[in-house]
Amino acid sequence: MSPDKLRYQANQIATFFASQPEEEQVEGVADHINKFWDPRMRRQLFEIADQSTEGFKPMVVAALAKIRRPESVAG
Amino acid sequence: MSLIQEIDYGTPASRAEKTVRLVIDGTTIDVPEGTSVMRASMEAGIKVPKLCATDMVDAFGSCRLCLVEIEGRNGTPASCTTPVAEGMVVHTQTGRLKDIRRGVMELYISDHPLDCLTCAANGDCELQDMAGAVGLRDVRYGYEGHNHVKARDNGEANPRYMAKDESNPYFTYDPAKCIVCSRCVRACEEVQGTFALTIEGRGFDSRVSPGMHESFMNSECVSCGACVQACPTATLTEKSVIAIGQPEHSVVTTCAYCGVGCSFKAEMRGEEVVRMVPWKDGKANRGHSCVKGRFAWGYATHKDRILNPMVREKITDPWREVTWDEAFAHVAKEFRRIQYQYGKGAIGGITSSRCTNEETFLVQKLVRAGFGNNNVDTCARVCHSPTGYGLGKAFGTSAGTQDFDSVEHTDVVILIGANPTDGHPVFASRLKKRLRQGAKLIVIDPRRIDLVRSAHVEASHHLPLKPGTNVAVLTALAHVIVTEGLFDEAFIRERCDWSEFEDWASFVAEPAHSPEATEQFTGVPAEEVRGAARLYARGGNGAIYYGLGVTEHSQGSTTVMAIANLAMVTGNIGRPGVGVNPLRGQNNVQGACDMGSFPHELPGYRHISGAEVRDVFEKLWGVELNPEPGLRIPNMLDAAVDGTFRGIYIQGEDILQSDPDTRHVQAGLAAMECVVVHDLFLNETANYAHVFLPGSTFLEKDGTFTNAERRINRVRKVMSPKNGLADWEVTLKLAQAMGLNWAYSHPSQIMDEIALTTPSFASVSYKLLEEKGSVQWPCNEARPDGTPVMHLDGFVRGKGKFIRTEYVATDERSGPRFPLLLTTGRILSQYNVGAQTRRTDNVAWHAEDLLEIHPHDAEQRGIRDGDLVKLASRSGETALRAKITERVAPGVVYTTFHHPGTQANVITTDYTDWATNCPEYKVTAVQVSPSNGPTVWQREYDAQAAQSRRIATEAALEPAE
Repeated sequence: MSPDKLRYQANQIATFFASQPEEEQVEGVADHINKFWDPRMRRQLFEIADQSTEGFKPMVVAALAKIRRPESVAG
Repeated sequence: MSLIQEIDYGTPASRAEKTVRLVIDGTTIDVPEGTSVMRASMEAGIKVPKLCATDMVDAFGSCRLCLVEIEGRNGTPASCTTPVAEGMVVHTQTGRLKDIRRGVMELYISDHPLDCLTCAANGDCELQDMAGAVGLRDVRYGYEGHNHVKARDNGEANPRYMAKDESNPYFTYDPAKCIVCSRCVRACEEVQGTFALTIEGRGFDSRVSPGMHESFMNSECVSCGACVQACPTATLTEKSVIAIGQPEHSVVTTCAYCGVGCSFKAEMRGEEVVRMVPWKDGKANRGHSCVKGRFAWGYATHKDRILNPMVREKITDPWREVTWDEAFAHVAKEFRRIQYQYGKGAIGGITSSRCTNEETFLVQKLVRAGFGNNNVDTCARVCHSPTGYGLGKAFGTSAGTQDFDSVEHTDVVILIGANPTDGHPVFASRLKKRLRQGAKLIVIDPRRIDLVRSAHVEASHHLPLKPGTNVAVLTALAHVIVTEGLFDEAFIRERCDWSEFEDWASFVAEPAHSPEATEQFTGVPAEEVRGAARLYARGGNGAIYYGLGVTEHSQGSTTVMAIANLAMVTGNIGRPGVGVNPLRGQNNVQGACDMGSFPHELPGYRHISGAEVRDVFEKLWGVELNPEPGLRIPNMLDAAVDGTFRGIYIQGEDILQSDPDTRHVQAGLAAMECVVVHDLFLNETANYAHVFLPGSTFLEKDGTFTNAERRINRVRKVMSPKNGLADWEVTLKLAQAMGLNWAYSHPSQIMDEIALTTPSFASVSYKLLEEKGSVQWPCNEARPDGTPVMHLDGFVRGKGKFIRTEYVATDERSGPRFPLLLTTGRILSQYNVGAQTRRTDNVAWHAEDLLEIHPHDAEQRGIRDGDLVKLASRSGETALRAKITERVAPGVVYTTFHHPGTQANVITTDYTDWATNCPEYKVTAVQVSPSNGPTVWQREYDAQAAQSRRIATEAALEPAE
């Protein structure tokens, strides 16, 4: 997936959770990505975000710590 | 096997609880109050002669054949229009009655041709039966006088004679054989609700007339077949019966078109289908049908069907026919090679929402147990995946809450983003029936769909919102309900989490969510929103029905949650007549979702990360399952372009035509090394396939489909698979070729495995389905008869969850380059990508996709009705003909995606629902301009398709289609 599209989709999830009660926001983003993104998408997310979190909404950046990092083998 | 003969009780059943006792011909019988004497007689096993009565429609009392004598009453009342009374003593056969009936029959026959031996209804004619029943032996009147039977009388033209109307591709109307019983007219009104037929003229001149003395094809007739079914003579007859003859046996099965899941009797001669007749005991359709299920099954024997497996090295090569064993060995070898080379996750599969539960279960099992990953998805990804997500979050289960019968108890219907008269016609007929009885309707749709105003149906409110503003409108409805105090506090306190409600209520009550504030971007007048909210909240039983106009948006999942909020806040959940009802698209898309077709879920909607759930399957299957979610269809295509996904097994799904942004789908498929397409026809996706495995139709296999009301219906084999193997056998043998030790000899064993592993299916078995006809899941120890209405005493998840639904405008916006918004949908006569319906006479109604455009927008662009126009978006462009209509609002255009020549999806974008990646089909910014031919893209596409469909023969190469 192109990095732009991946950032866009991650931000879309954050946009939904932005209107949710505060305690559910970051948790919600992380949980959603853990539940629905296959490992190679999460791997790509970290590949991009580890370099630069520019273009990601702050809530996505905050959620990174709670998103499962996939192992390096193809997924 | 024999022909299933359903009992015709003559008049509809009474719903009264109180019973009445009466005596008919010496037999005492108890029946519900309000039952007709005719029906009571039939229930006592006594057939009163009749012609104009049939239990699909109300009593009419015109044929004067069903007369009876009742002790203590004068005359000979018609048994169909006479209700039973306590202590009534009825005689159905007396000398007086016999004489009257014989006289009536004599008159009927005096104006009816006596060509019984060569008549198509021979063996299935109620007029003939009644002549026999009343002992008619002589017709004294002759045919010399006025009649409708002969073209010429004494050499002169007979003005009363009308030739057969053969305009409809599926049935004929022969006025010469009509007895003017009005059954067809009443079926069209009462059952179908189209009001296309009438009786024109008076007295002896009376005859059935479609529209204003038009042909059937030119009238409003929607070809549902109800009139043909109701006709007691050969006046309305299926052309297939005329061509073949009367059937000799029949088998009850389930239609393979939309998510209504109608039950049909497949009436057969040997292995040839004579006709499909809706089954009265079918609980989804109650004896009704639409043009697709009733008539459009000819694709099953269409010459385009591919019957031999085929393989090729490159997609530019012609196809090479191979044996099944070669095909399976080739796929197994290729898939294993790809996994060895690129990793375990480099292959995946797509289950088919057109195939059976058992077949779908096997495909996901093959992916999880055989491929060792969870890269399995289904077409629900592109239709109702937001329903799964949204309802799962709010209620705890991802399915409609009601059965279709529920609509009979509804007082107010909200219809959102659905056009049931086209997409779910049999449900639409049931809805219209209820609306004619007085229920109110609110339509939320950018288009003025038929239900907004049609014969004897008019919506109380039509909220013609701008595409993409669903969440704003639904939240505004909630705003009115909360701020005007119209909510059901007792229900909320009992069934939902009160603090979540308070949080949500304060959110929706914000002035920004009021109808007045949102009007400027939704385009819906605030007063209409307020009126609709009040009606839904306080109008009695409120039910919400919705379709893909809800889900196929970047806020699809949010909209589903907003719908759930509305149902909960008004207490419209957990009893007949209310609920949240997604109208599912394909015949088994509900089933495909239930069977674990999603990459993150095992059967029964249980997340793959759950160790306990995995354990159930791991023990049974003897493999370790991957706990990580797999790729969804759009992700698979992205991964293919990236080079990490190289092989796919696609069962019964045409992603190249049905999925958005065709160029991206093309690029994804083209990047793969082994695309296996398992289908009836060389569909569009097969243009990019390396292996083609021929599929079988629903007529050729056993299994089950689950419809939109969670009803598990049997699909029964009526003919041998023309390709040699049923689809479940193809997957089975492919799995065996890949080294899996599967051993199923019948789909019932697969269902047993589903029941063993999936709690909501625990009690389901073919034996149970034989006994009960059908059941709605959950069907288990707690609910052995299934579950017509869900969340009866509480929500599946415990407390219903109110979720804030903030409107976020889609990033797909109209602007100077693309000033119009395109929304896409379906039409009655065609189904999905049209692979089936385009190969039937249904093309008579819809031979090409048309672009609906408002007169204002057309005039600005110099476009006339029927002109070829170019439709362009930032994704691509195509050319199609324009249809100028006020059904669409200015600024909005609409088309269907049934024809590959148009490929509406080259226009749609890659925007998707935030939660599920369900594509945003319903909003694309476009421009429309006059055109003088197909676009470059269309020409290239056609050339590629033609080249790709070549099949190598011994002598030469020739196109397959």
